[in-house]
Amino acid sequence: MNSVLQILLAGERLDTAQMAQILGLKEADVNVELSRLKSEGTLLGWRAILNPEKIEDGLVRAVIEVRLSPERDGGFDRIAEHIGEFDAVESCYLMSGKYDLLIFAKGEDLRSIASFISERLASVEGVLSTATHFRLRTYKEHGQVLNDSGTNGDKLPVSP
Amino acid sequence: MKDSGQHFVADHVVGLPRSGIRDFFAIVAAMPQAISLGIGEPDFVTPWHIREAAISALKKGKTSYTDNLGLIRLRQEINKYVEDSYGLSYHPEKEILVTVGVSEALDIALRAVLNPGDKVLYHEPCYVSYSPSIVLAHAQPIGVKTDVKDAFGIDPVKVAEAWEPGCKVLLLNFPTNPTGGVTERKKLEQLAKFAVEKDLLVISDEIYSELTFEGEHVSIATLPGMKERTIFLHGFSKAFAMTGFRIGYACGPQVLIEAMMKVHQYSMLCAPILSQEAAIEALKNGKSSVLKMKEAYHKRRDLIVRRFNEVGLSCHNPKGSFYAFPSIESSGMNSMDFCKGLLDAEEVAVVPGTAFGPSGAGFVRASFSTSYERILEATNRIERYLNKIG
Repeated sequence: MNSVLQILLAGERLDTAQMAQILGLKEADVNVELSRLKSEGTLLGWRAILNPEKIEDGLVRAVIEVRLSPERDGGFDRIAEHIGEFDAVESCYLMSGKYDLLIFAKGEDLRSIASFISERLASVEGVLSTATHFRLRTYKEHGQVLNDSGTNGDKLPVSP
Repeated sequence: MKDSGQHFVADHVVGLPRSGIRDFFAIVAAMPQAISLGIGEPDFVTPWHIREAAISALKKGKTSYTDNLGLIRLRQEINKYVEDSYGLSYHPEKEILVTVGVSEALDIALRAVLNPGDKVLYHEPCYVSYSPSIVLAHAQPIGVKTDVKDAFGIDPVKVAEAWEPGCKVLLLNFPTNPTGGVTERKKLEQLAKFAVEKDLLVISDEIYSELTFEGEHVSIATLPGMKERTIFLHGFSKAFAMTGFRIGYACGPQVLIEAMMKVHQYSMLCAPILSQEAAIEALKNGKSSVLKMKEAYHKRRDLIVRRFNEVGLSCHNPKGSFYAFPSIESSGMNSMDFCKGLLDAEEVAVVPGTAFGPSGAGFVRASFSTSYERILEATNRIERYLNKIG
């Protein structure tokens, strides 16, 4: 894997000067590489990983299973791309199994998700049915286990 | 009591120095905000599948003693692992002993083979316990200095020069804590020849062997004529990030394992069963976790060594372990003053080289078992410190 990408995926907050130091490159080279990754569509953006249990944004999150009727030419792609354009949709995946699309959606409250599903999603041509599950609590977010107990509190600051 | 009980303490214990690292620890412990490169253990937590095996064993009520030698299932896995990794094979029923970390393995190996007054050759700078463990076994340590010009590998010529009548054991630890030094096959072959010639028993602590970044790791036990005169020591602390489980093992000739087992059974009885169960899981399914951690250490090593050399502390490239051992000669200070000054001025903790024996003078140990961000911040602060004092 590309070395700049590896550093990005290591999950530490590093600026381009630090990345350059780690990789033994010039900062300008790291910037060029990041621009390239962005322009070719590999690097989509930057986002902090937050603990949803500690953000008081009042947002409601749901997972929606969607069954589709595939189109003769485009299969599921056109419908999935259409659905993916809605702001309420955070992620959208084609799945194997009993349903076709899995959607991670957010809304300001329960009602806004309900109206997104009934007024927008269900009316998209090709959507056969939906099943919605509301998220109650988060235990792990993007690889981070969310508990307050910590693991390293008793580690010695100097050891042999 | 006039001396608070001091007269009860045995003479050879009175004579033991306190570990230099403990003194330094006391200073660092008072500064919780300091960036510590002084931690001699993985910054990774034990992989979950291994922790889970211990939890599951506990749930099943596995809370008993085990065979003194350790669970036979574990010894069988150890044999497989040692065969795959080092090309060594040991009989699980007679030639493998499970211990409470390599520290215990080393201690009982020394106590099982040394008579009062015997002499032990070991290389220095080395892990803090080597010389004291030899003294506690009523034997005499003879340190052989390893040099930065040899990348802290052992020079067989120096071993031969240090040898004297009464030498019984040669104690090796490659890759080495604190230097990250390794000894290449050719020199190990010369050492092996010397060991046979002088009828030395070799005790080889290979706890960092999985963390060898370049070249092959060669166990001296694999060289001709050596398996029958080598006690191979290994454990789970470093490669599997299992320091708190306190679990290790010794492999060797049946007679020696039997002798060690006697000391073990009357002192420790057996290693904790939960740690043994976790160790079985580590050996069966831990390979990918080890490789992932090794890859992370490798990248951090490249970074820290480059940064030390950039800021003006000459640093050799450690081929294994997770320690860099830069020279602080350019600062004109001794190791302890350098470390105390650095901690005071920039709140960065590195360990004085002298904690690992007098031949560590002029060096410090910096662990790269920490994040990129902390390595960068620590080395930037060290640079600032050097500019200040320079």
